[in-house]
Amino acid sequence: MASSARWNHVWVGSETGILKGVNLRRRQATNYVAASALRRDEGVSAMCWGDPSESEILVGCLDRSVKLFSTEKGKFTESRQCLGGEGSFCGLAVHDSSIITCVESGLLKVWRDASSENMETQVGAGVCRMRQNPAQPQCVGTGGKENALKVWDLHRPEEPIFRAKNVRNDWLNLRVPVWERDLQFLPGSEKIVTCTGHHQVRLYDPSSPQRRPVLEATYGEYPLTALSLTPGADSVVVGSSHGDMAVIDLRQGRLVKCLKGFAGSVRSVHCHPTLPLVASCGLDRFLRVHNIEDKRLVHKVYLKSRLNCLLLTSREKWEDEEPEPAAPQADVKEEKDELWDGMETVATRTVLKRTGDPNVRETQLGKHPKKQKRTSAGP
Amino acid sequence: MSGPGSMASGAAGSAEGPGDAARAPEQALFPPGFSVSEIKNKQRRHFMFLRWKQQQRKEKLANKKKRRKEREALGDKAPPKPVPKTIENQRVYDETTVDPNDEEVAFDESTDEFAPYFNRQTVPKILITTSDRPRGRTVRFCEQLSTIIPNSHVYYRRGLALKRIIPQCISRDFTDLIVINEDRKIPNGLVLSHLPDGPTAHFRMSSVRLRKEIKRKGKEPTEHQPEVILNNFTTRLGHSIGRMFASLFPHDPQFIGRQVATFHNQRDYIFFRFHRYIFKSEKKVGIQELGPRFTLKLRSLQKGTFDSKFGEYEWIHKHREMDTSRRKFHL
Repeated sequence: MASSARWNHVWVGSETGILKGVNLRRRQATNYVAASALRRDEGVSAMCWGDPSESEILVGCLDRSVKLFSTEKGKFTESRQCLGGEGSFCGLAVHDSSIITCVESGLLKVWRDASSENMETQVGAGVCRMRQNPAQPQCVGTGGKENALKVWDLHRPEEPIFRAKNVRNDWLNLRVPVWERDLQFLPGSEKIVTCTGHHQVRLYDPSSPQRRPVLEATYGEYPLTALSLTPGADSVVVGSSHGDMAVIDLRQGRLVKCLKGFAGSVRSVHCHPTLPLVASCGLDRFLRVHNIEDKRLVHKVYLKSRLNCLLLTSREKWEDEEPEPAAPQADVKEEKDELWDGMETVATRTVLKRTGDPNVRETQLGKHPKKQKRTSAGP
Repeated sequence: MSGPGSMASGAAGSAEGPGDAARAPEQALFPPGFSVSEIKNKQRRHFMFLRWKQQQRKEKLANKKKRRKEREALGDKAPPKPVPKTIENQRVYDETTVDPNDEEVAFDESTDEFAPYFNRQTVPKILITTSDRPRGRTVRFCEQLSTIIPNSHVYYRRGLALKRIIPQCISRDFTDLIVINEDRKIPNGLVLSHLPDGPTAHFRMSSVRLRKEIKRKGKEPTEHQPEVILNNFTTRLGHSIGRMFASLFPHDPQFIGRQVATFHNQRDYIFFRFHRYIFKSEKKVGIQELGPRFTLKLRSLQKGTFDSKFGEYEWIHKHREMDTSRRKFHL
């Protein structure tokens, strides 16, 4: 069903270039592909919501093209090449109908639609992540390997408005290496939370006179690769490259609880803004949704490729959604017969995933003949 | 004196207990609620337990005979024999099991790091080394491994860091790196790294038998390229590991040599054997085991080349989370 794309709860981008939409209530996952042939160099490296009502998704691929996917229509609507710099995308954001991109070589660029006044700055090499401040959309933060946290205002791109300072030398008087892997802006204030590849979680406050981190907490022995804020903004969920996920309290800097189940590196973590749910995906090809309060695994979905990034919808009330598709079926019967004759027969076992065929989609109104995969719930 | 008298009779009664039980075993052991463990005296409890065990065995034998008689009486109409339960039969269904028709997995495999090998664009060239200062057994094992794997070279590890060895290997066109880890004079670990930027698998190795320790073995293996058999790698992780093993050997086996290397996966243990076969007739084959044999168990699979500190892992064996069920396997 083309409109069922809107009911998917989680959108996951994989290394093979497939955007997967997972509907957790109906326990199905569907694949959406831009072109009819899959290509490895179109692996998804960054994703973000296109607009606040979450009807569009911007997908950044390894070949430096940004594709726009519409959840209403369930297909990719446009694509544009965002060249410049080297490496894959490490951050995507939207501001006033222009796209902000950042690549690993440090080129931060604002792309306005088909005009040449694209603004760009260099933020330093080896960038791992760029994120936009949801409260002030013109501020973005960047951080990377040996590249300290910097907050940029896009109206004045020459100098960052906040540049973080490294912590003091450690007890052997050696310089502490810097490797910011992921960062998030805390809502309601200007504070920024980052997680590093040296298993530290740091909290910076630009409004305070000190440029060093206000709070530092360590967790585990392995690089922390992903970070997300819990509802309430007083703790963060971090994921590491060894598959350990933990909830760390920001007021005291201590570990609250660990979430178990991962067997591989966690690539992306996303919390729901109000419900106590956190979705995470990683290299072991599974998408897991945990309940933060009682550490329970709510959903576990096998998606066959390695997963790179994910987006969780911020809709509430997942239970009473999705009206039954029985009503429009009567109208569509005649058109359906033509469709069925035109299409080749496919085994009804839930193995094959149909890639989206743009020609077929326009004529559909009701139930779509695309085969969907059944997912399993629970550990 | 009734007291001592009654006590004496009580003692005699309890002493008669086992004797009583000998004469009428069913009455002693079947009353409901009677349990052998409630007897406080250890010697007597042990005796009663043996008695109980003998009875269980007798009952089992009697049941078996009865069933066999019934089966013979029914003749052709007998129901088929029930299949005995084994751990492999009872294996928990793994949802990552690869279906051969799956397009997405097929695409994933055709474009992963082993694609150049399977498309015949590269020829495997293997570097075998050990941990520092290897002892005799490990050295001999490495030599025997290098006779089995064609186009492989053994180098002595002079305390060099793996992260420095790897760029040099890449520049000299090696495709795989094998590091045998040694502990207390026996090899016990294997790190297999596919070179340009490929996955690194870390195994625990056990039951290593060198050529002279194998009974009824054949002569030395020849230089012919062996065939490779990969058994029972069903899940997605198993597929990746299987492809990793397959990429160690050249793509085209020489059937003249009649040599075969087998990687057999059972219950997450991978058994490696190397044989020479000869077809005596259409259906009869004779095999001779040559070469070393060992058993591997996967500990972790890492996405890039060897970097245990900062690398990203695709799969790690977590003992307390993954070994909770005896019937769940991952490979």
